Amino acid sequence: MITEYLFWFLAFVSVFGGVATILSRNPVHSVLYLILTFFAIAGHYLLLNAQFLAAVHVIVYAGAIMVLFLYVIMMLNLNRLDAEKRTLIGKVTSAVSAGLLLLVMVGVARGGSEAGEAPAESIDAGLVENLGQVLYRDFLLPFEMASVLFLGAMVGAVFLSKKELNS
Amino acid sequence: MELIPGVTTEHYLVLSLILFCLGIFGILYRRNAILMFMCVELMLNASNLALVAFSRMWGDTGGQVFVFFIMVVAAAEVAVGLAILMLLYRNMGTTQTDVLNKMKW
Repeated sequence: MITEYLFWFLAFVSVFGGVATILSRNPVHSVLYLILTFFAIAGHYLLLNAQFLAAVHVIVYAGAIMVLFLYVIMMLNLNRLDAEKRTLIGKVTSAVSAGLLLLVMVGVARGGSEAGEAPAESIDAGLVENLGQVLYRDFLLPFEMASVLFLGAMVGAVFLSKKELNS
Repeated sequence: MELIPGVTTEHYLVLSLILFCLGIFGILYRRNAILMFMCVELMLNASNLALVAFSRMWGDTGGQVFVFFIMVVAAAEVAVGLAILMLLYRNMGTTQTDVLNKMKW
């Protein structure tokens, strides 16, 4: 099945991008690998028939958030990272704790789902019409609150970056 | 349950868990605040992936709306967080968390 191969390919790309994000020395490379991961996740959304979400994901994450990260990294001139003082015990502890958490959570997640096909109505659940219906009817109040949150974040970011207020 | 031919919910769940734990590993492993922040974004995306898979599994659009709100919160968080990091760099000259240990107990 072509979708199955596509899933494994995208899964490999996203995990590879995540690992490379964490392990690469240059922060700019980290940002680029994270963008690769985000594109792979957008591909997963397409596979799951969430087309609008995939488009929004690419626009918001790869187009806005990661560009912001890139700007900040270049503005702070972090291209050459000061040598991170990492002890061996720190590395081992972080790897072991994350690995154990993964082990426990995968153990919980496995075997919980029954066989069968996904319901037929889920095929067009991600189309713009249905999503808009749900977003503007059932989730109207959270939607408006999200706009207030954005306004607050904007004011906060402007306030924080005013120089004379903080000196 | 097969979401798409040959791929079950479990596949997506395990993939999202792997990405989530990669994010946790990155936060514990890296010492640069900006990179730790990027790992938080990775964790948010992992949970988004699980939500979309569940939305597909139940045929419910609510899960995808949740993903929208997570994206909204992530965007607001990045705007404020990067402003704070810029301020931190301006005042302290570094974003390495092992140098910024004044509030460490």
